[in-house]
Amino acid sequence: MAGGAEQTSSEYIRHHLQHLTYGRLEDGTWGFAQTPEQIEQMGFWAVHVDSLAMAVFLGGIFFVIFRLAAQKASSEVPGRWQNFIEMVVEFVDENVKSTFSANNRLIAPLALTIFVWVFLMNLMDLVPIDFLPYTFQLLGVSHFKIVPTTDPNVTMGMAISVFILILYYSIKIKGFGGFFGELAFQPFPKALLPANLALEGVTLLTKPVSLGLRLFGNLYAGEIIFILIALLPWWIQFSLSVPWALFHILIIVLQAMIFMILTVIYLAQAHEHH
Amino acid sequence: MDGGLLYLAAAIMMGLGAVGAAIGVGVLGSKYLEGSGRQPELMPMLRTQMFIVVGLVDAVPMISVALGLYVMFAVAG
Repeated sequence: MAGGAEQTSSEYIRHHLQHLTYGRLEDGTWGFAQTPEQIEQMGFWAVHVDSLAMAVFLGGIFFVIFRLAAQKASSEVPGRWQNFIEMVVEFVDENVKSTFSANNRLIAPLALTIFVWVFLMNLMDLVPIDFLPYTFQLLGVSHFKIVPTTDPNVTMGMAISVFILILYYSIKIKGFGGFFGELAFQPFPKALLPANLALEGVTLLTKPVSLGLRLFGNLYAGEIIFILIALLPWWIQFSLSVPWALFHILIIVLQAMIFMILTVIYLAQAHEHH
Repeated sequence: MDGGLLYLAAAIMMGLGAVGAAIGVGVLGSKYLEGSGRQPELMPMLRTQMFIVVGLVDAVPMISVALGLYVMFAVAG
C-alpha cells in the first residue's frame, strides 16, 4: 500500500481511482485537485493530466519504435526486432484486407495506429499497481493513474474520432442524399420513414458508445481487480495477481484487436454502396 | 443509502452478467467445435473469428463485474 497504514481499504481504492486533475480551483486559481470534492467542483473544464501524459508518451514510443524498425529494415536476413514489427504490420494488413474492400489509403495506417496504441495503453495495466504511483508520490505528485484506457475520456475520445470518420466517409462516398437514404429508407418501406430513422439512428449512435465503453469497461474491471488483490497481505498477493495477470494478457491483446477490427468494419460499412 | 441493498445490487449485477456470458460462450464454443469438426481446414479462420466474438461477449459481464466491485468496495465499503 502506498499511502501509509492508516488508510482504510475503500480510501485506498478511491485514491487509486482518482486522476491527477488540472483545473480551476474554488478560489479562482488554476492548479491540481487534491480531493474528489475539488474535482467535482471543477466541472467540465478539468483535464486528466496523467491519462493525457501517458497516452502521448506511449504514442511517442509507438512512433519511435516503428520508425526505427522501418529505417533499419533490410532485405537481408531480418533481425528479431524487424521480424516482430513485420509480424504486427502483416497481421493488421491481413485483417484490413479481409474486411475492407474499398480503396482508401488511410484505413490500414489508422488500424495499425489504433491496434498498437491501444495495446500499449492496455499494457500499462500489467505494471505493478503501486509501482509508478508510489514513485510519483515520492516526487510530490499526489495521484497518478498509469493506464490511460481506464479513463472513459480517453476511450470515448478515440471512439468519437472513429465516429467522425464514419460520418465523413459515409457522406463523402454516398453523398448526403445517399447517407440519409440509408438511414431513412431501410429496413421498412418508405412510408414508415420515422420508424426507419429511429431504428437506424440508434444503430448509428450505438457504434461509438459501445466501442468506447467496451474498451473502458474491460480495462477498468482489470484495474479494479488488481487494486483489490493489492489489498491482501503482501505474502499472498502473487497467488492471485499472477493468474489474473496471465489471463489479463489475453484481454489486453483481444480488446486492442477488437477495437481495431470494429473500426475497420464500421469504416467498411461507411464505404459500401447500396 | 442502505448498505445491504448495495451488496445485493452488486451480487445481482455480477451474477446475471456471468449467466449471460456463460450461455454466450457456451453456444459459441460448441458451434466452433462443430464447425471445425465438419471442416478442419477452416480452423485457423474460425479461431480468429471466434476469439473476436468471445471478446465482444466477454465485454459486457466484465463491465458489470467492474461496476459491481466498485459498488461493493468503494461505494458501500
